[in-house]
Amino acid sequence: MNDKNPAISDARIDKIIGNLLRVGVVVASLVVLIGGGLYLKRHGTELPSYHIFRGEPSDLRNVQGIMKTVSSLSGRGIIQFGLLLMIITPVLRVAFTVVSFIIQKDRVYIGVTLIVLAVLLFSLVGWG
Amino acid sequence: MNITEFSILTFVGSLTAGFLGALTGLGGGVVIVPLLTLAFGVDIRYAIGASLISVIATSCGAAAAYVKEGFSNIRLGMFLEMATTFGAVFGAAVAARVSTHVIAVIFGTVLLYSAFLSARSRAPATPETEDTHHFLPGSLRLDATYPGAQGPVSYHVHHIPTGFSLMFVAGTLSGLLGIGSGAVKVLAMDQAMRVPFKVSTTTSNFMIGVTAAASAGVYLNRGYLDPGLAMPVMLGVVLGSLLGSKVLISSGTRLLRIIFAAVILILGIEMVYNGIMGRL
Repeated sequence: MNDKNPAISDARIDKIIGNLLRVGVVVASLVVLIGGGLYLKRHGTELPSYHIFRGEPSDLRNVQGIMKTVSSLSGRGIIQFGLLLMIITPVLRVAFTVVSFIIQKDRVYIGVTLIVLAVLLFSLVGWG
Repeated sequence: MNITEFSILTFVGSLTAGFLGALTGLGGGVVIVPLLTLAFGVDIRYAIGASLISVIATSCGAAAAYVKEGFSNIRLGMFLEMATTFGAVFGAAVAARVSTHVIAVIFGTVLLYSAFLSARSRAPATPETEDTHHFLPGSLRLDATYPGAQGPVSYHVHHIPTGFSLMFVAGTLSGLLGIGSGAVKVLAMDQAMRVPFKVSTTTSNFMIGVTAAASAGVYLNRGYLDPGLAMPVMLGVVLGSLLGSKVLISSGTRLLRIIFAAVILILGIEMVYNGIMGRL
């Protein structure tokens, strides 16, 4: 990259981002696995009905609802929490990129990255 | 078939898709939705939701390895993310308004196009010396270097408005169909912006997860993300692509690519047919 700062800070940010992505995938997968185990143990013998579209209950549609179902140790709630962690991982990555552009004092790209971050958060939190 | 059996079958199917996707470099995400809808009769909206999660997972897993190599152009990626994330949110909004038959037909068409692209021999984009000077300010600093055999090689990013518009289309398709749209992204960066191949592949990989996250947020809010279905799909694709990236096959890859492209072609025809017949 064509920044003026010493390579150390850039390489460090790259390393943090690489680790962040890896940890994100592993942690999300483990949470989904745990929730999946619970879900199959309780509901494994029921019949699936994914051919009919119903939409999820409101508790599995937003961050607050998911946290509530997780604390009640519902298998589906825990899986949904894992999926949420998976969705948040790239969002965190973008947030880290904002930091790296702040370090580089690159105003244009601080703005660009903040726009991307805003769209991501907006889509996750909902339309209000 | 009860939920446990269904989960095992979808897990194995997703594992295979992820494995072949990573091995051939075509990405497994594109076959997840046809697999779930055609073979397992899953509603296409649930299938797209589950597919988006697996797309995020594979993109993050691969990007973690790419970041250190220094090929991906973060500025270019971020700049184009503005187009893809807006497109993704737009596509996800469209998905809620059009009938599932229409989504199936569009999906099938994209599959046919991907099969066509992967069947064509991949000619490296010839870097032309002609200097197109664009009207966008130089402060964008999109031109960069990548590590070559004899030190850093610099390159120039061409046709930025065209690339940006194509990226909006890629984002829309991602939000509408739950795929990574890697084919459109590479098209925009290879053909229009004429970025070196390795740079466009790694940069587009970096962008795929962010784009899919924008769509996935909307799908979550709309209740299209079913944990029971997404669980085996995500775990299968993650494990499959991990295995696929570890296996080093040099001789068999070409044949595998052809087979995988043929599978995509058949799935494309099936999706269009079933969409038109109103079965999906």
